Amino acid sequence: MTDTTSPVPPADFSSYYGRPVLKPPVWKRDIAGYLFTGGLAAGSALIGAGGQLTGRPGLRTVSRWTALGGVAASTYLLVHDLGRPARFHHMLRVAKLTSPMSVGTWILTAFGPLAGVAAVAELAPLLPQHGALGLARRLAPPIGNVAGLAAAATAPALATYTGVLLADTAVPSWHDAYPSLPFVFAGSALAAASGVGLMAAPAAETAPLRRLALAAATIELVGGRRMERLGLTGEPYAHGRSGRLVRAGRALLAVGTVAALVSRRSRILSAVSGAALVASSVATRFGVFEAGMASARDPKYTVVPQRERLDQNGPTAGR
Amino acid sequence: MPHVNSLYGPLDPALDAGYVDAPPRMGFFTDTSVCIGCKACEVACKEWNLVPESGLDLLGMSYDNTGALTANSWRHVAFVEQPRSVGWATPAFRDTPDGPPVSPETAAVGAHTSTDTGTYPGLPPGSPAAAARMSGGPEFLGMPGAQPPGRGAGAEGRTDFRWLMMSDVCKHCTHAACLDVCPTGSLFRTEFGTVVVQEDICNGCGYCISACPYGVIDQRKDDGRAWKCTLCYDRLGVGMTPACAQACPTESIQYGELDELRERAAARVATLHERGVPEARLYGHDPNDGVGGDGAFFLLLDEPEVYGLPPDPIVTTRDLPAMWKRAGLAAMTMAAATAVAFLGRRP
Repeated sequence: MTDTTSPVPPADFSSYYGRPVLKPPVWKRDIAGYLFTGGLAAGSALIGAGGQLTGRPGLRTVSRWTALGGVAASTYLLVHDLGRPARFHHMLRVAKLTSPMSVGTWILTAFGPLAGVAAVAELAPLLPQHGALGLARRLAPPIGNVAGLAAAATAPALATYTGVLLADTAVPSWHDAYPSLPFVFAGSALAAASGVGLMAAPAAETAPLRRLALAAATIELVGGRRMERLGLTGEPYAHGRSGRLVRAGRALLAVGTVAALVSRRSRILSAVSGAALVASSVATRFGVFEAGMASARDPKYTVVPQRERLDQNGPTAGR
Repeated sequence: MPHVNSLYGPLDPALDAGYVDAPPRMGFFTDTSVCIGCKACEVACKEWNLVPESGLDLLGMSYDNTGALTANSWRHVAFVEQPRSVGWATPAFRDTPDGPPVSPETAAVGAHTSTDTGTYPGLPPGSPAAAARMSGGPEFLGMPGAQPPGRGAGAEGRTDFRWLMMSDVCKHCTHAACLDVCPTGSLFRTEFGTVVVQEDICNGCGYCISACPYGVIDQRKDDGRAWKCTLCYDRLGVGMTPACAQACPTESIQYGELDELRERAAARVATLHERGVPEARLYGHDPNDGVGGDGAFFLLLDEPEVYGLPPDPIVTTRDLPAMWKRAGLAAMTMAAATAVAFLGRRP
């Protein structure tokens, strides 16, 4: 990269009839949606464990159900996006560290059932007091607590591996943003999960969520501040449809966080702040997704940085 | 995590994949200086490998109506038509009245043409501005040509003119990103060092398509799976030459042991330089390049990007250890932030 402050592309570069060098990703919006639902599930599992350990049963219940809903939606979206959905289980043939999708498959395989057990355990009070079901009623809470903590232990991996999933491609704007993406996604996951908690949990139990929203915004904004300054490949994060989505995500994050901090006494303002945080996460995920697509569709994002590297350093040989 | 060198740098891919007593690494050397653009390679590949039809529309950008490598075109003959000279060659239309061979306007329109290749993303549209620049050549930048070739301009309007033809194919990289990221183990390394998709395993996740730095691998719409050149793995196993190389009438496509092909290619470049084609250069031959060298490499007559190839590709998994470290750091930050938020004072 020559001048990082002005990502203006050189006017001229050679191409083959202007056609893209890369094949743009075949992933449909399912995958952008999954980035959101997977993050929401992970963040909610962490909040559920926090609620469990600090004696906030209402927050715990809401977060456990959100985690289960998020991971169920994630599984549907991931399977639906496959060219051959009936072969989804072929993912379980191998475990490969060089394939972030394989790593993610195993993280989801661990997280999903744990989140499911933790959520279903919340149904215990509906069971009768006596008999076999009464035994289940007494056993469910401790089992749910163990599952909830185990789900929370895998949650940070679920929320952040997706950054590597996108970065480990030839897509210029995703690959070059690899130091930022896991932090943006971690922050976005916590923001979305805090948002759902602020909307749905009992008001008396939401104090940690206000602090967490502030932490989430800090992680996402500090972690992502380098994305648009990548030079040419940062351009899609700042311009066009993808740039508008990324900016909308940040604006909603700022509004939602401030509203969360000042809404202690207002149930309505809490809900509004929660909705803004959830919307911020959706916008950020779709913005990052679209930015990568835009960078793969235009040959300049592939050719110009590689040509500059060649002209400055000679061939990659020996480096 | 595998040894760092198995993600990057020169190595023997068959040995690295665990083969014992592997045969020599086999590959293609495609010498574009003798390509005549007959497309026999495309046809032979389709016939042998039963590759489906990939659209019969004219793309209107050149004699290239295939457009790109796709799941339904495992060889693709590129035609570059530009008003510039090649080496000391006689201009194609010398002593005949001609105008600019392709107008930038035509090329700009051509950047948006496509055909239903039966695959996804198949042949996506390009950038009209870049296409116009490409066809204008240095002398005609931005000037539209109103006349078809051979009409209009007199002797004073003659231009130098070149056709570059090149049969593109999967590069069978030493460090194949498609293979690294495949989550099902469908893509595998053969004993010949080539990279092949097992169609009974592939579930169409599409990760390989985003990972390939050359835009080679692609997905068939009707069956949802990813397909690409196998370097005729079935023929190699019984000592036969791949269909495209066998069909090539000018030996532009040469098949053989990679080490020998590299020697032959270096000699060919030296010969061309001697004969007045200083533009000749090799592409993908160097085991120290960003993908550890290609199993299918090329002799080109201009910069790689002119043929639609990336000028300096680097396998994305080179940075994978660094990516996992960042993700680990982000995961710890996330857990710590949650803990701190819940440990705070109760209001």
